[in-house]
Amino acid sequence: MALEMRLPVARKPLSESLGREAKKHLVVPGDTITTDTGFMRGHGTYMGEEKLIASVAGSVERVNKLICVKALKTRYNGEVGDIVVGRITEVQQKRWKVETNSRLDSVLLLSSMNLPGGELRRRSAEDELAMRGFLQEGDLISAEVQAVFSDGAVSLHTRSLKYGKLGQGVLVQVSPSLVKRQKTHFHDLPCGASLILGNNGFIWIYPTSEHKDEDAGGFTANLEPVSLADREVISRLRNCIVSLVTQRIMLYDTSILYCYEASLPHQIKDILKPEIMEEIVIETRQRLLEQEG
Amino acid sequence: MASVALSEAEKVYIVHGVQEDLRVDGRGCEDYRCVEVETDVVSNTSGSARVKLGHTDILVGVKAEMGTPKLERPNEGYLEFFVDCSANATPEFEGRGGDDLGTEIANTLYRIFNNKSSVDLKSLCISPREHCWVLYVDVLLLECGGNLFDAISIAVKAALFNTRIPRVRVLEDEEGSKDIELSDDPYDCIRLSVENVPCIVTLCKTGKRMGKVLHTSLQSVLQKEESLGPKRQKVGFLG
Repeated sequence: MALEMRLPVARKPLSESLGREAKKHLVVPGDTITTDTGFMRGHGTYMGEEKLIASVAGSVERVNKLICVKALKTRYNGEVGDIVVGRITEVQQKRWKVETNSRLDSVLLLSSMNLPGGELRRRSAEDELAMRGFLQEGDLISAEVQAVFSDGAVSLHTRSLKYGKLGQGVLVQVSPSLVKRQKTHFHDLPCGASLILGNNGFIWIYPTSEHKDEDAGGFTANLEPVSLADREVISRLRNCIVSLVTQRIMLYDTSILYCYEASLPHQIKDILKPEIMEEIVIETRQRLLEQEG
Repeated sequence: MASVALSEAEKVYIVHGVQEDLRVDGRGCEDYRCVEVETDVVSNTSGSARVKLGHTDILVGVKAEMGTPKLERPNEGYLEFFVDCSANATPEFEGRGGDDLGTEIANTLYRIFNNKSSVDLKSLCISPREHCWVLYVDVLLLECGGNLFDAISIAVKAALFNTRIPRVRVLEDEEGSKDIELSDDPYDCIRLSVENVPCIVTLCKTGKRMGKVLHTSLQSVLQKEESLGPKRQKVGFLG
């Protein structure tokens, strides 16, 4: 049993010298964005003394005449069509309350949930009583945002066979601003595991199941032991995601895959050490820049 | 301790992983997370240390003051422990929430040091039955990320190693009244030998396997599911 002790070292910021064409305009609350009054103000800004001032800490985004500030560290703000991974916190009368790292708990209505067998019918009183049989407190689900209420609460639905209760795997919680918006958030990586990159910052890593027959969106969880090889891939992916997050790299399937390949020469538990983490992330960044340019 | 909600499938995954000696973050059952130790962090104490174990952050300060020895041990000084679980560590410690955990940890520390071999208490005596050094050890929990006992024992050991107790001389007058004289040199001090101060290792029994202390999520699993055997053994190693 080895215990590694070290003295604390000052953390070096990752060098910017890797070449970036457009420098991001970063602001903190109170910074003046522009004194030009011709712009419309979006989220994260307010008008004060003829100037446009930022109210959150983040980067300035400009679309034609609209200026908004996208916050770097924020709770998840739901938008229709987003994929989220959430945990059930409460079972109420006709709905479940789901925790999605947002300001308010999200809501999953019983009518928005697929019944086992894929049947379409009106939900009866027996369905209400059997709710706990479908989803209990603590269960993880993948769902899509159906609507956003006026107070910001999000309403979810699992109306497709690819959503539903999640089985065995590992959950990693990151900041929502680090998950890149893409066409699809369900990825089957060639290394042998699958990923769900939730827009709310919850990332689910699970073993790829060989048989793809979908029975009722996976309500019955498969509790057989996962093989050791799959476990190693999942643990390595988890550590890679944690390293990318500490260096604030955007998370999407390519960046995670490059990071995984860069980490192969090291042991899984060594990836958590700060110097190896830095090494892997530098290599990942270089590969990503090469791929872009 | 911080509690985490888990689904059944996640619990099964974790337990099977422990049985195969591969935890969620790739560590074996007997591997610790990286530990960062720093001493001499608080300037107005006699000794201090800060230990970071994963997300757990502990700050220990030792203050040496003069007091009277205990009646049953007139030739020895003694240590007093106080553990403060600050509300910064986790929301459950708000208000009086952290008091129970604090007393439990303090009692464990008292038990560890309640023997002849941990720390040489005779070196803390100035004059028998009259004056001795009392070391007040204050432990502050800055962040709670699991495995508190281990991190606190490492931090206390480091802080005691860092403690500098001023050297004093007892002068006796003709009338018999004693005077305590502090040496002029501020660097003239005695250091404690912490070779025999024990370190705590927490073990958890999960399923059929006895492993070292685990990810915080699993500790909550053990608290919830009796069938998994929530026995947490704390073992102290000398030297």
